[in-house]
Amino acid sequence: MNIITSYAHIKHNQVSVNGEIIFQSNPSLSLAEFLSEAYKALGVSYPKFHKMDAQCKLGFLCTEFALKETNFLLENDLSKSAIILSNAASSIETDRVHQHSINDESNYFPSPAVFVYTLPNITIGELAIKYKITGENAFFVSEQLDADLLINYTKTLLESGTESAIIGWVEVDGLNAEAFIFLVEKQKDTNKNAIFKPLNQTSVITLYNQTVWTH
Amino acid sequence: MIFTSYNNIISPLGFSTQENYQAVSNSIIGVKKIKLPFSQDEFCVAKISDEKIKDHLSQIKNANNHTKLEQLSILSIQDVLNQSGINPKDNRTLLIYSTTKGNIDILENTYKNIDSKRVYLSSFAKYLQSYFQLAHTPVVLSNACISGILAIIIAKRFIEQGTYDNILVCGGDILSEFTISGFKSFNALSNEPSKPFDANRVGINLGEAVSTILVTNQKELATPYQTQIVSGVSANDANHISGPSRSGDGLFQCLTQIVDKNTNDIGFISAHGTATPFNDEMESIAFERAGLNTIPVNSLKGYYGHTLGAAGVLETVLSLESMKHQRLIKSEGYESKGVSGNITMIESHQDKNFSSFIKTASGFGGCNAAALFKKI
Repeated sequence: MNIITSYAHIKHNQVSVNGEIIFQSNPSLSLAEFLSEAYKALGVSYPKFHKMDAQCKLGFLCTEFALKETNFLLENDLSKSAIILSNAASSIETDRVHQHSINDESNYFPSPAVFVYTLPNITIGELAIKYKITGENAFFVSEQLDADLLINYTKTLLESGTESAIIGWVEVDGLNAEAFIFLVEKQKDTNKNAIFKPLNQTSVITLYNQTVWTH
Repeated sequence: MIFTSYNNIISPLGFSTQENYQAVSNSIIGVKKIKLPFSQDEFCVAKISDEKIKDHLSQIKNANNHTKLEQLSILSIQDVLNQSGINPKDNRTLLIYSTTKGNIDILENTYKNIDSKRVYLSSFAKYLQSYFQLAHTPVVLSNACISGILAIIIAKRFIEQGTYDNILVCGGDILSEFTISGFKSFNALSNEPSKPFDANRVGINLGEAVSTILVTNQKELATPYQTQIVSGVSANDANHISGPSRSGDGLFQCLTQIVDKNTNDIGFISAHGTATPFNDEMESIAFERAGLNTIPVNSLKGYYGHTLGAAGVLETVLSLESMKHQRLIKSEGYESKGVSGNITMIESHQDKNFSSFIKTASGFGGCNAAALFKKI
């Protein structure tokens, strides 16, 4: 049976893991400042993090927090692990940065280091590189978290070779930044800390609404 | 069984699949050196003529209220609805839209009377939903250059799951200063018509197109090609965000999953073939590793340039036409081998008896996808 074994949710400069807020910074901090603080709190060293755009940083941090207390990376065949992400704004924040760099002919400075992040699935690519996950990919764009789409699609994959998955929502649009990542695995005796939620739409909506944000 | 059905291509080479197949069969290429409104320089691109678009606008409602991509998408989807007779309002019909940048020209302030919210792909999708009064909000897939073929694979999976009978897969992207300046900053553009897999290839041409195909479980709608989607998968290189794996790992992983030991009936591989040095090299290595070195290969980028979110759909449709006519399409721009993998390029249009083909794609973010199509 496939179950949801862990999840993390980042919103309002706070990080929640399995429903409990485990890190928060001052709500007045900018997204960039918050991401930097959350990275320090995570306590890992990953130099590629500093090259990422805000959306990839947010997706990376949320996934790291979701994975932290799990054996997901050790116990699953990562060539059969899928990464399925979604959001409403695609890569709009970095799109605006690239557009700004070409708006003015006298101040024209498009950069490949920016342009590469004008595709939303680059977040999937960053996660794949970090964890050596080589399975199925899909980046969907929907107005809000579409639990039906994510669960139905994941189920099609689990019926055709995929054994585990990292799934969720990663969005940066102006002041609005939010990530929600959950892990799907086959039920095993060894996932002790697992929250053991069945893989269905109701579970996803319940987990998404579970955290009581302090600000 | 999941079938490929009625379809359409809107590109510089025509506004229907027939016009496009005819043009390609006659070795007409859509890529040209032209001046674009935003630059003094000439760019070698495949642009749909504004006059031709205008000629078709009388076919759609409130044409001036739509962006260019919306106009082209509506024309393309409408053509497939007309041909197939399926009801877009039906609860068992879904639209999957594949795009990298959607209405990105809204960010450039191209339009005066268009709600700028439609730069959001989710709003763009809802706009198409309301135009066709679709029962379901379209699913939007934005997965770089594999979006088109991955959307077809996803359509197959959803139909097999039992939720839908008919899925319209529409892929579209337009030429914009946004994408041209970005690829230029990567030094990835060629100033001449591109030369996929050739020794003298230097980079891509960007192109614009919208292509739609109906994917269905209804046998009576299989009429155009009598062809099924046998299998399709995606895989990630887990190597680099803007360059492919040198050893073609992700594409190799895809190919080993979709191809049996017996490859005798595979007529050709429609490769991604962007004509960048790294991409084509990687593909050749993946094809050889997968034991496909004797299967003829083409890239259609020499005709259309790289049409991003449309590419996988457009190239699948032309490959289906190629199989229907039992005629291989020449890999335009190819003269002498410029890749280290042992592969066989299609150097001229030629007749061939065959019953299946492979479509592949690879893109930024390390993503790869491949699908196998076979006559029933």
